[in-house]
Amino acid sequence: MAKQIKVSLIGNPNTGKTSVFNLLTGLNQQVGNYPGITVEKKEGICKLSRGVKAHILDLPGTYSLNASSLDENVVIELLLNKKDKDFPDVAVVVSDVENLKRNLLLYTQIKDLEIPTILVINMADRMQRKGISLDIPGLEKELNTKIALISARKGEGIDALKKLIESYTLLSKKTCLDALSFAPDYFDRLQKAFPNQSLYKLWLVITQDVNFRKFDKQQVDIAPDFKIKSESELKRLQQKETIKRYQFINNVLKKCLVVDEKVATGMRARFDRVLTHKFWGYFIFFAILLLIFQAIYDWSSYPMDLIDEGFAWLSEAAKNALPQGPLVDLITEGIIPGLGGIVIFIPQIAFLFFFISILEESGYMSRVVFLMDRIMRRFGLSGKSVVPLVSGTACAIPAVMATRNIENWKERLITILVVPFTTCSARLPVYLIIIALVIPDEKFGWVFGYQSMTLMLLYFLGFASAVGSAWLLNKLLKMESKSYFIVEMPGYKVPLFKNVIINVIEKTKAFIFGAGKIILAISIILWVLASFGPNEKFSNAKEIVTKEYTDLSQDDLDQKIASHQLEYSFIGYAGKGIEPIVAPLGYDWKVGIGILCSFAAREVFVGTLATIYSVESDEEETIKNRMAAEINPQTGGPLFNLASGLSLLLFYAFAMQCMSTLAIVKRETNSWKWPTIQLVFMSILAYSIALVVYQVLK
Amino acid sequence: MKTTIATLRRGQRALIKEITSEIIPLKLLEMGCLPGNEVVLIQTAPFQCPMYLNINGSHLAIRKEIAAQIEVQII
Repeated sequence: MAKQIKVSLIGNPNTGKTSVFNLLTGLNQQVGNYPGITVEKKEGICKLSRGVKAHILDLPGTYSLNASSLDENVVIELLLNKKDKDFPDVAVVVSDVENLKRNLLLYTQIKDLEIPTILVINMADRMQRKGISLDIPGLEKELNTKIALISARKGEGIDALKKLIESYTLLSKKTCLDALSFAPDYFDRLQKAFPNQSLYKLWLVITQDVNFRKFDKQQVDIAPDFKIKSESELKRLQQKETIKRYQFINNVLKKCLVVDEKVATGMRARFDRVLTHKFWGYFIFFAILLLIFQAIYDWSSYPMDLIDEGFAWLSEAAKNALPQGPLVDLITEGIIPGLGGIVIFIPQIAFLFFFISILEESGYMSRVVFLMDRIMRRFGLSGKSVVPLVSGTACAIPAVMATRNIENWKERLITILVVPFTTCSARLPVYLIIIALVIPDEKFGWVFGYQSMTLMLLYFLGFASAVGSAWLLNKLLKMESKSYFIVEMPGYKVPLFKNVIINVIEKTKAFIFGAGKIILAISIILWVLASFGPNEKFSNAKEIVTKEYTDLSQDDLDQKIASHQLEYSFIGYAGKGIEPIVAPLGYDWKVGIGILCSFAAREVFVGTLATIYSVESDEEETIKNRMAAEINPQTGGPLFNLASGLSLLLFYAFAMQCMSTLAIVKRETNSWKWPTIQLVFMSILAYSIALVVYQVLK
Repeated sequence: MKTTIATLRRGQRALIKEITSEIIPLKLLEMGCLPGNEVVLIQTAPFQCPMYLNINGSHLAIRKEIAAQIEVQII
């Protein structure tokens, strides 16, 4: 294989870096994680002329080489470590023509590392409208580089960029300014102590400690211990360095950039006046939320039904086509429904990320963060926690994934931990059937039904417990996080369809291959537990049931056998085993099995009860009637009354009964610690509340 | 009372004076919040926080406690 040119794409957030990456690589891209951390690693292959290929690494967006978050730290660790297999042959710095001044700061820093660097000036299509004109040859000379003026939106200028990458060896490695000339005695001494090292690299390694504590010196080939200066003195020097760089940039742009203020239109100002308005801003935001909620909740039900039916059909078809045997049962009753349980979430995840990436691409998301930050901060959350919390009402899985853009780790972690309290759509079937059973179908004050009121209260309870536990966690978690709240408010843009679609595909893939594996594994375990029993009561179910009931039709008999088998399967014994634990909450062993199975996914509850009660179909009405007839062996009254019903509702409201969410939390926090804490805390909370409610109302 | 970004009214322009407080993160300076640069308050959320600013051509939102550390001179 010919040698690939290693290219690193570097740039400020909101410069269209990802669009450039998508243009260079097309769909030839892979998204993974950097080892040990949850920062996304995006890489791809770009074909250049004459069979030469370039390996493109899309580094996380950063404003400078002084890292203040884990994402940014990745950039510095790579650029300081020549031994890293991804260390670039050439760095491509992407900038946005409207924010060139700020973007060039990072460029001058990269240049100081003496890596061959190409400057991409993106969004060239907006120059005319903004009255901007550039002297490209002049800029190239001043900045010691080659420039590609491109428009990622229109796909223009990419070929020129590819040519520049191909001939990267011709690029100058010289720096464009002497940024460290402001404190000669300190820097001279530093250079004398380490004569073989680049001064800027030494300086970066020293200051990374000040900026970001987690910086790991082991990974860098220089390890100076040169802290003769106190932290605040170092900070002062960094300020001076920044001022120095801006002086240089201002001088360059004075010569090479002209902005005709009269031409520049005030589109941004007009949009902002409405979208960040103290009343209309919130109004529009809630209207958009309603739309997203509707899409996730309602529109996705059509593809979800199709998927559900599709997998049922597949299971049936496989059963008919294959010979009978335990292995085939495993496939048709364990693996296929298990896969179905993963695929069923795809429509919701795809819809959510479709909307989120449109909101992000358009620049609107920053306005939401701006509007909501103050309110959310009281509870230890951030303005950026709003979207995850709202999408949690559809499903906690995409919601946990949506926390990724919260830079502050503590705020992000709290958001992840509290999201499962919001009423997700899987709780709904359980709520509906229990409410129908125990809450009277009557109205008060002419319009309000007790039943719909209960449902609304449960939704409200979900939000309240999420926000309440966020407040509590904020007090409990002692965690220093050095990230500050600075949100860039980018200009408004029409979202690029290609970027949106690629993002949706990526996020969906991450879910399927990340959480999907664990979901499948647990589904199979649950199936095994429900399909095998420890003794002959299970294996001889057919004979026992046939002897007992002689006058039943074949269908009814099959149902009875299934029910009998479940009772004497491993999971049936487990249900009876936990009966003493759930009895104080007002449940019997059958409900216990339902709860146990719900740990795979809450919506399983209704289906499991259907199997246990051996009703013919899982039509709601039939199960409901069957449940209403159940008798509590201790009291002799109906098993589902107001006390046990409310206790069950509240148990489902608070319990962490979703292994998919646990799997995704494990993936996003990179440890089993947080999902375990979540599981234990929520289970204890659910149990205690259900216990109190039942014992008080009984 | 000191004039800081936090005391600006909407639409008011000002020049940033010396940056002295150590609370101000380097990231903010790197985004253009440097002595001598112009700052305009574009919008505030309810309770004056966060504040949406145009600093030296960069559009940013910062929380009020940081804004109160940046001394300015109204122009």
